[in-house]
Amino acid sequence: MTTQMLTYIVVGLTFALYIGIAVWSRAASTKDFYVAGAGVHPLTNGMATAADWMSAGSFISIAGMIAFAGYDGSVYLMGWTGGYVLLALLLAPYLRMFGQYTVPDFIGERYYSSSARVVAVICLVFICFTYVAGQMRGVGVVFSRFLEVEITTGVFIGMAVVFFYAVLGGMKGITYTQVAQYCVMIFAYITPAIFVSMLVTGNPVPQLGLASEVQDGSGLRVLEKLDQVLVDLGFTPYTDGSKAMIDVFTITLVLMAGTAGLPHVIVRFFTVPKVSDARKSAGYALVFIALLYTTAPALAAFARLTFIDTVNNTAYAEAPSWVKTWEDIGLIAWLDKNEDGTIQYAAGDAFEGAPVFVGGAGEHGQKLVENTPLDNTNEVYVDRDIMMLASPEIANLPPWVLALVAAGGLAAALSTAAGLLLVVSTSLSHDLLKKTLRPDITEKQELLYARGAAAVAVCFAGYLGINPPGFVAQVIAFAFGLAAASLFPAIFLGIFVRNMNREGAIAGMLSGLLFTAAYIVYFKFVNPAASTPDNWWLGISPEGIGSLGMMINFAVAFTVSRFTAQTPDYVKALVDDVRIPSGAGVAHRH
Amino acid sequence: MQNKPDHDNGNVEVYHHRGDNLPAHGSHDEEVLSEDRVKAYWRANVKLLLVLLTIWFTVSYGFGILLVDWLNQVSLFGFKLGFWWAQQGSIYVFVILIFVYVALIGRIDRKFGVDDSDTGSDREGERP
Repeated sequence: MTTQMLTYIVVGLTFALYIGIAVWSRAASTKDFYVAGAGVHPLTNGMATAADWMSAGSFISIAGMIAFAGYDGSVYLMGWTGGYVLLALLLAPYLRMFGQYTVPDFIGERYYSSSARVVAVICLVFICFTYVAGQMRGVGVVFSRFLEVEITTGVFIGMAVVFFYAVLGGMKGITYTQVAQYCVMIFAYITPAIFVSMLVTGNPVPQLGLASEVQDGSGLRVLEKLDQVLVDLGFTPYTDGSKAMIDVFTITLVLMAGTAGLPHVIVRFFTVPKVSDARKSAGYALVFIALLYTTAPALAAFARLTFIDTVNNTAYAEAPSWVKTWEDIGLIAWLDKNEDGTIQYAAGDAFEGAPVFVGGAGEHGQKLVENTPLDNTNEVYVDRDIMMLASPEIANLPPWVLALVAAGGLAAALSTAAGLLLVVSTSLSHDLLKKTLRPDITEKQELLYARGAAAVAVCFAGYLGINPPGFVAQVIAFAFGLAAASLFPAIFLGIFVRNMNREGAIAGMLSGLLFTAAYIVYFKFVNPAASTPDNWWLGISPEGIGSLGMMINFAVAFTVSRFTAQTPDYVKALVDDVRIPSGAGVAHRH
Repeated sequence: MQNKPDHDNGNVEVYHHRGDNLPAHGSHDEEVLSEDRVKAYWRANVKLLLVLLTIWFTVSYGFGILLVDWLNQVSLFGFKLGFWWAQQGSIYVFVILIFVYVALIGRIDRKFGVDDSDTGSDREGERP
């Protein structure tokens, strides 16, 4: 059986499983559709949250990002896990106690204002679509790489599957498919990591392998060896960063606060029965996430080491077959600058931009590129995604592992896409329609609108996947920056500062939002050439600016709230009520 | 601290917020809490949060970022210490922090009689 056949079978089986779960868990009421009837066990919810959170980007790209950034890659590791501490300690339990369906629900009621609710809905829809475009694209890319179908066809198949279980089952269907998707995803990630770790160090636990000796007789440990090899090739050492400390600090802060403020993650905590379950659930979620996020840096180091070892100073004709397979789809390219038939790998880009193949083959059989060569000795172009996707081949694993990686990538993309789409449809049917425009609709009508909104959102996401806006990579900074500068402070202040009023919160959200958006738009779209550390304000990159936006939000909110009308008593009572997990009433003296 | 609920005081209004998705909670003997009791509970919670968030900040921003160069002078099993905190250690501590919070806030909840367990019987003072 060919690898491709096997991949079709594994992917087909997982899709059948997701659809089977969807049929079994149809939503009957709006409560089922929005929050899975609020009857999800905390452990189950933890697993679903992990799948919801870990996207195609986490699965496919994070190991490669760390492999090529070394220490600088730590911002993603700490940022995307540390946010759960904020979520568990500062937001999730109180939002669960508040007992509504959505994040804009909380903002709207806590700040007694439908304008605040609408501002929150706009932020949320923008953040979700930014994200979802990347997921649908990920689905298409996995299909085209492993199953050799057109990206467009791949996106259509992905859309059909998500459509089926999101529209039919709502949050209930999504929750249980996400549990299955987490299992597929983590198994697909850990298996190649274990084998690669054994291959490089002889230690089957990747996290421990990272601290073990390399099995090449040098007596050096993995990171020592990697530092040495990279310095020899003219790179900065793996364990040293090249980003400024303030930039690393602010980016980590944005990713943490952004994670805690992302609506599709928060809403998962509305599905457990009790406040104490919400706390536990965040802990379980982080355990499941940490499993992947502590493996990723190990996989990154092994893959980088093995890649250099296999490729550098190897005659192209003798290079392993995976080099050619990945060259075929443009993730690797080789430009024989010194015409010696041997691959030389060194610091710096081999040529400008991504490879553009001219169609012919060179004298050694390599695909020729027409890109302008750059003046250095490096001859290799390598896409960072390859560190994860090619790891089964780098470690010489059987074809079923490759099939598993394909299914894992799809699980990661679909689970995140479904979670995001549900949040969008909920905020349209519930926040915009039921709570703002047409409060008179019945529950049955609301459910129908929710399904309709989900269907429209899936189609729109598919459109974005097929015609991706050219700036998907840039807008990810946007999504986190906005969540950190608008939603996170608004929710935090709503719980912890009893006197925070409507005027303060709205002024804070808007100023944080506008500041962050203006900075990112200027450096990413208006004047990208000026985006260098010298021109950045205080040396903070557009990726990290949301943390300053968050500070501005807090400062403006406190100042404005001091000089405007007091929070009404019933809202202060609401805050007291939300702080108490037992649901006991609070007696207020007048 | 005022421990008695004051239902019968004419100047008092008991507030219960409404929602379509209110969490399940236990049946407590005492369904109304005084404002002072809520304040004391909240002070205990915030104190705990401050301690845990200090640790959260220290392991990630402290060891992983601000002190990374200084810690990198020490190397264990080929792992520079600062680098280890940034890529492994901080994540393990994050996981532990959440479970420590779950345990300690649970204890505070029971002490103040505001836990959401199914029965009121595991509250302090009513334990055997």
